[in-house]
This record gives sequence, C-alpha cells and structure tokens, in this order.
Amino acid sequence: MSHASADSFVQSGIVARTLARRGRWRAPEILFWLAALASIWLLPDRHLILNEIAIIGLFAVSLDLILGYAGIVSLGHAAFFGLGAYTAGLIAKHFALDPLIGLVGAAATAAALGWVTSFLVLRGADLTRLMVTLGVALILAEVANQAAWLTGGADGLQGVIMPAILGRFEFDIFGTTAYVYSLAVTFVLFVIARRIVVSPFGLSLRAIRDNPLRARAVGIPVNARLIAVYTLAAAYAGVAGALLAQTTQFVSLDVIAFHRSADVLLVLVIGGTGYLYGGLVGAVVFKLLQDWLASITPQYWLFWIGLILIVLVLADRDRLTARLTAAWRARAPGPAGGAGPANGPHATPASGER
Amino acid sequence: MHRRTLLALAAAGLAATSLAGTTVGAQAQEIFKIGLILPMTGASASTGRQIEAAAKLYMAQNGDTVAGKKVQLIVKDDTGVADVTKRLAQELIVNDKVGAVAGFGLTPLALSVAPLATQAKVPQVVMAAATATITEASPFIVRTSFTLPQATQPMAEWASANGMKKVVTLVTDYGPGIDAEKTFTATFTKAGGTVENMRVPLANPDFSPFLQKVADAKPDALFVFVPSGYGAQFMRQFTERGLDKSGIKLIGTGDVTDDDLLNGMGDAALGVVTSHHYSAVHDSAENKAFVAAFKKAAGFRPNFMGVGGYDGMHVLYEGLKKTNGVGGEALVNAIKGMAWTSVRGPVSIDPQTRDIIQNVYIRKVEKVDGELHNVEFATIPNVKDPVKAAKAN
Amino acid sequence: MLTILFDGVAYGMLLFVLACGLAITLGLMNFVNLAHGAFAMAGGYVTAILINRWGLPFLATLPFAFLVPAAIGLVLERTLYVRLYHRGHLDQVLFSIGLVFMAVASVDWTMGSQQQFVTLPSWLKGRVDILGVQVGLYRSFIIVVCSVLVVALQLVLAKTRFGSRLRAAVDDPRVARGLGINVSAIFAVTFAFGSGLAGLGGALGAEILGLDPTFPLKFMIYFLIVVTVGGTTSLTGPFLASILLGVADVAGKYYVPSFGAFVIYSLMIVVLVLRPQGLFARAR
Repeated sequence: MSHASADSFVQSGIVARTLARRGRWRAPEILFWLAALASIWLLPDRHLILNEIAIIGLFAVSLDLILGYAGIVSLGHAAFFGLGAYTAGLIAKHFALDPLIGLVGAAATAAALGWVTSFLVLRGADLTRLMVTLGVALILAEVANQAAWLTGGADGLQGVIMPAILGRFEFDIFGTTAYVYSLAVTFVLFVIARRIVVSPFGLSLRAIRDNPLRARAVGIPVNARLIAVYTLAAAYAGVAGALLAQTTQFVSLDVIAFHRSADVLLVLVIGGTGYLYGGLVGAVVFKLLQDWLASITPQYWLFWIGLILIVLVLADRDRLTARLTAAWRARAPGPAGGAGPANGPHATPASGER
Repeated sequence: MHRRTLLALAAAGLAATSLAGTTVGAQAQEIFKIGLILPMTGASASTGRQIEAAAKLYMAQNGDTVAGKKVQLIVKDDTGVADVTKRLAQELIVNDKVGAVAGFGLTPLALSVAPLATQAKVPQVVMAAATATITEASPFIVRTSFTLPQATQPMAEWASANGMKKVVTLVTDYGPGIDAEKTFTATFTKAGGTVENMRVPLANPDFSPFLQKVADAKPDALFVFVPSGYGAQFMRQFTERGLDKSGIKLIGTGDVTDDDLLNGMGDAALGVVTSHHYSAVHDSAENKAFVAAFKKAAGFRPNFMGVGGYDGMHVLYEGLKKTNGVGGEALVNAIKGMAWTSVRGPVSIDPQTRDIIQNVYIRKVEKVDGELHNVEFATIPNVKDPVKAAKAN
Repeated sequence: MLTILFDGVAYGMLLFVLACGLAITLGLMNFVNLAHGAFAMAGGYVTAILINRWGLPFLATLPFAFLVPAAIGLVLERTLYVRLYHRGHLDQVLFSIGLVFMAVASVDWTMGSQQQFVTLPSWLKGRVDILGVQVGLYRSFIIVVCSVLVVALQLVLAKTRFGSRLRAAVDDPRVARGLGINVSAIFAVTFAFGSGLAGLGGALGAEILGLDPTFPLKFMIYFLIVVTVGGTTSLTGPFLASILLGVADVAGKYYVPSFGAFVIYSLMIVVLVLRPQGLFARAR
C-alpha cells in the first residue's frame, strides 16, 4: 500500500488548509458531547458507571495518542494510570489538597515516568514495544506492592478522604459530582488532544507512524516527537488514574495491574484507533456490555464478551471502520481535491500495523 | 452515514437497553435486598462460588421471608478488582436500595467498601476476607469468616507445646500473609522458639527456590500460609522436594488444606497439621446435615469460605428477626453479641469488635471413607482475634 | 547451588514446551495468538480428566494431551484463524483474547473454578541424590522429555522436506504456492502441531504450575516473554531464552527473595532494549 509521501505535507498551503479543515468541529461530534452532557440529567441513577466510563474513556484516549497517532503499541499503559492514581491518592491522604491539584500532581509524576521510559520504546517492532511497556508496568506494580509503607501494598491505600472540588463541590454517594467532574476533565483534555492531533505536530506523528524512515528523511525529528507524545500520553493516563483514585477514594494494586493495561487496549481497539473518539465509544460499548452481561450471568459473562469480540473481528472491523471513515471524509466540507492526498495516511492504519 | 453518528447511536441504543434493564421500579416496602458482591470470575472465583452456593442454600433451607419481609439476593461479580467492588456496592446501595452488602473475597475489596458502609449506614457482612484490621475500617462491618491471627496463634502455641524449637514461616506477601507471619513469629518467639521469615510474591507459579531455602535452613517445621488456590501446588512441590521425608513438619493455617481442594491433592497432604475454624468433617449433627445438603445442591464439598457465607446469611436473618425487618444501624446492633451454634461449632459476634469469636481446631489430614479430610483432634475454645484483643488491653 | 540450577533448567524447559508453539505461530506465521495458553490449558484438562475420571496412567494420557488440543487447533485454524492471517496484529489480538475469554468461561462452566490435579505415578515422585545433588524425579522427567522434543523439532524444521516447505511458505507464500507447495495445508498442520505442543506442555506443567480456568491469562505473560526475549526467527532462540529465564527466575528468588519478582522482568527489558529483535535472533 502506498502512502501519501510525507514531503507533500510541507508543500504550499495545502497543509494549512487541510489542518484547518480537520480542526473544525462537526455536527456528530457536538451531538456526542451533548449526549454526554444530557446523561447527567437523563440517567441520574447511573452516574457511578458513567463515571467509570468517562475515566476509562480518557485512559483509552491517552492510549490512542500513542497507538493511533504514533503507532506505539503498549501493553503497559496502566503504569502511568496507576502512578497517577497513587499520586492523587497520596496527595489527598497526606496533604488534603484540592482534587485539581491532585490531578496536576498526577499528570506531573506520570509524565516524568513517561519521559524516562519513553527512551525504552524508541527502538523495536510492535512486539518488542509491547513487551517492554508490559515489563515496565509489571516492575512498577511490584514496586507498589513492595513499598507497602507508602502504598498500603496489597491491602490498598487506606484513608483517602477527598476534599471538595474547589472547596465547593463535595463528592456525593450518588456519584453525581464524581461523574460531572470526570466528564468535565475528560472533555477538556479531549479538546486539547483534538487540537494537538490536527496540529503540524500531530501530522508529523502520523507520518512517523506510517513510515518512520521516510519521516526521518524529510527532516522530522522522529525520536523527539515520539518522546514528546509518549510523555503527553503518560500524563493523560496519569490524570485518568487520578480521577479514579479521587472519585472512588481508594487506591489498590489493581490500578496498575496487567488486566488494566489489557482492558484499555481492548476498549480502544473495539472503538477503533486513530480518531480519538474510538477510546470513548469503545469505553461506552465495552463497559455497558460488560455490566449488562454480568448482571445477567455473573459467572459466565466472560464467555459472551469473548464471543462478541470474535464476531466483531470476523465481521471485519477494519472494513467497517474504513467505510465509515470514507463516508465521513466525503461529507466533510472542503475542497474535494484536497481530500485525496490527506486520506492516504488515514485510510491505512489497519494494514500499516503489520 | 457518519461514523460517529452511527457509533454514538449504537452506544446510545445499547445504553438505553442495558440501563433500562437494571433500573428498578417502585420499591416494594416488603422486600429486603442483600447485595452479594463476590469474585465470580478470575483467580478467586472459587471463593465466590462457595459463598454464593452457601448463601443460596441458606435461603433455600430457611425460606426467603424474614420478619414479614421477602429477602432478595442480588449477586454481583467484582472480578476481584477493588474499584469495581466499590462501584457495585455503591450502585447496590444507591439504585437497588439494598439493606445490606455482603461477600468480599479479598481484603482490599472489603476495605474499599468500608467508607461507603459508614456513609450510607448499611451493614457490611464480610464473609471471606481475613486481614485482622478489616472490622476497624467501619462500624458497620460484621465478619463471619475468621481472621488470620485468630487461626495462626493456636498453631504457634501448639507447635511450641509439641517440642518444636525452630520454625521457618513461608507466607504470601500480602495483608493476610503478613498478619499470619507476625502473629506466628510473636507467639512462637515468646514461647522460646526461633523463627525465620520468608515471603513469596502473590503471583508465583514456582515455589521451588523458596522450598530449597527451607531445606537449607533445616527447621523443625515449616509454617505456611498461601491463599487457598495455591495450597495444592505448594503441597505437591513440598513433597516432590522430599521435605516431608527430611523430618521437616508442615504446619499452617487451614487455607493450605482447603476442604474444597484437599481430596485432589493426593497423599502428599497426609499428616499435615493445620489450625482452622472449620473442617468439613467437623463432628456435629448440624455440620453433617449442612455438608450433605451443600454437596447435593452445589455438587462440591463446602469449605471455610462457604461456611462464612452460610453464617453471614444467618446473622442477617437472625438480626432482621430481632429488628423486625429494620436494616441499617439497628441491624448491626442486633447482630452484635449474637451467639449461635454454627456448623463449625459454637460462635458469637464480639459486641466490641463485630468480629467473630469461635473455636479454633487443630487438625491433621487423614483418610476418612477413602477421602482426604482435615480431622480435628484438639480444640482451642472461643478464640478472639488476637490483634484487636491486644489493642483492647 | 547445583540444585537451583537444575530446578531452573527444568522450569525453563517447561516454559519452552509451553511457549514454543507460540514461537511458531508468532515467528513463522506472524500471527499474534494470545489464545495459545488456552490450548495448553486444554491439554492440562485432558490429562486431569483422563487420570481422575477414567483412571488412565499419567504417561498414557500424554498423547491425548497432545492430540486433543492439536485437533481443536486444527479445527479452529481451518474455520477461524485462517481468515485472519492477512489482518493487522490488533485484530488478531482482539480475536485471540476473545477466544481466551470463551475458553476460560467454558472450562469454568464444565469443570468448575477450582484447581485440578494430576496424579503422578509413584516412580515420578520424590527425588534422588546424584553425586551429592538433590534431583527431583519429575523435574528430571520434564528435562528429558523436553530435550527430546527440542532435538526432534529442530531436526524436523531443518532437515525434513516438511520443514523446508514450511520455511519457504513463511518466507514467501506466493512463490511457495507457485512452486506447488500447499501453503494453507502447511500452515494448518503447523498450527495444529503448535497447539498440540502447548497441550503437552500444559499436561506436563499442571503439576508444577497448577491448573485452573484462569491458566491462559495467568501464563500469557510468561509465554510472551519467552518468545520476545528469544526472538521469533528460530526455535533455538526461544529455547535458550526459556532456560535463561527459568534459571534467572529460580536463582533470583533463591538468592534475593525480596527482589525475586523483579529479576525476570528487568532481564526482559534489558534484553529487549539492547537487542530489540530478541537475544538470539539472526538477521533474516
């Protein structure tokens, strides 16, 4: 499959036009967020699971930043999620600071870890990266387990009491504050992520994803870009973890466990990579399915989830997404001619992964 | 059609159906709901199965109406993940208006719900998790399982009374394991023995390096605590290594010789001495009837987890009788101090700590009717949780 | 000291038998089959059922532990896997995880969630003293079986007609097809064989690793480590990697118990960072 040559991006005003066009908000997107907003009032007794969905959605968006846009497969993304959760939990426990400060702290520590470990994922193919990230997460999980004096070890971090957000909004037992808070944070971060991926920086990431050699040849600083996006994604994951810690007021080793990394990958792949909404949609679909199946058959819901996954793959998820993407592009406003080259790198992620 | 619209529509449709399915209608005043949150899938699934089977058996035997109220059991799978447990408990309390939450297979799962129980004033019956401190996390927690120090202390006393001088402890490196290690070490050294401590990571498929270390240390006995699922593996590797023949006695809490699995462990388990609060061959009429009914209903042997679930339902039923169907704080108060003859022997709920006071038995694995069983040969009556007892003094 | 080395080697050998099927599907056929552990579990359960319910001796069950998963593998390959060879890795991951979920739930439903046991014949129990080194009989048995397997596999791949056809089919399916090689049949047989090996590994490992419905999830990480560290281009790589990891794990836990859990993961990261293609990979 031939990719749009990266040098076409640096030519003339196409880039600026394309970027501006992509940056525009479209009706379905606005609808999506309106629906999310409406759910606050329409589904008052489901705020707890919606809160969880918002958090997992943000977590999946963070994974999408590196997987969908930079092509870095990670099976250890929970490392950042967990670090963020513990940071936020500890900040609340020992300093009783405002949750927003906790978020910033979590983003900072997770970003720091992301930056340090990003050097490990610069090299290697999919499988190597998969295992290196996994290894980092497993080691961190073991550190959290061993450092029981700090983290509470396998019993979990006890005594996390969250002060009210901005001193005004107390976390309530119905999860309403929690959901509104998580949704707001997710939305803000999503908007930022959306802005980033349609910037020249985001474009250069896609060039790297599609062909690192060529990207290097046209003068994109490949390693620097990968380090930057990995660090950014880590910060996002840290915030997601912090949200979980703050809204459940409890941190256990699960936040950093292998299944957390695997789940988020699953969620993202179900929703589709490389368009940011995949993580959110995947989170909604996966969580509700799981909740629904588990309430019907608490013992064997795993079977049905498995069956659905298989059917989803066999029904050719890629072609489905590709067709939808094509339809999406066709209706997007803008010069018809400009859509051609811009589509190149976009339509290929599925086949480009191999 | 736009992809996002389509996906959003799909998600919304899914949301509508799945949400509608679980939304409860008008709450009938006559129903008392119990939310049973258990690990039904994942590594601790067998704990969940035992407790679910026992709880359902109790309801089948005692009817589903107490003090004029219909008891309804809602079983939820938390997959052994603490934040899920917490969310499920919260949903049960807020949406389903349950009168009590019960279950809790592992310590962090029980602890994550504790603040919620306090906040919502809902009794939380811990049927499995065994770290000593759990009941201190909320005044609404009642425990019907056991605490590890409770089971461990008699073992240490027995070991030193039976001429053992040097013991190596091998525990799984998490809350209950560390509880067991501390209690054993403190009790045994106080009695004049020496102890060497070793910890095994929770996710550990191969015990051989640790067992080799034990063999090198040449103690009189090896005290072991591993969560019930790992016991069998441990036992077989112990024998494989020939430690049983080298004169090192294997002692431990009953988790290692879990009744549910014991028979499958084979003769490797013969002669292992453990201390615990329940054995499926406990000699009483109540227990014989229980075991027979349980096997008939569930198809497997009950273990101490199952008994925790059975007695957990018992305190709820009896408590409701006392309060005339009123839940909340009144129910917890009604359960405090409750005493009855359980299938494991005489037990009571400590009114101060809301933890269970029960006999601990010293047992030895023997063949009974061709099956391996923990046969009780000594009884230490009315053991309180030593950790909290020490704090009280 | 030598006992530790011996235990480590046995543990590593076991890992190899469990993982080598994955090395084949992943390395030769370029398919990320996370459901590999499910085949191993199938083998373990076949052995457990045959021994406990039908009373067959341990050794007699091993062929079944190979054949049944191999048959399951063959059927699944023909019906499902074959559609996914040309698809992206993420699809394959999603698909095979789905299979694992179904396998876990099905086994749970049919066999219960508790541990299963394999009763060993008495001549495999206990240990003997060889030149002052304590040697476990069962572990020696594993080492012998696995060594035979390794040699046989290597011979099949390197010396037989089937081996060269397989390598040709993998390197360039189109040319191979043009030469009259039935590529899809070769893939099917190879996949079935890999599944069978996993089943055999599951049967052999049930004694040491335990056997319950979560087996495929619990050990997936270990298989992946072996394959990535060893590199996926040959079988010698995963073999040496298995031994290395087995010894490092056992020795690490023996000498520095508090850091025991770190050893295997750190080792993996170091290896992969220094040699992203795996420790023993050759350039292709």
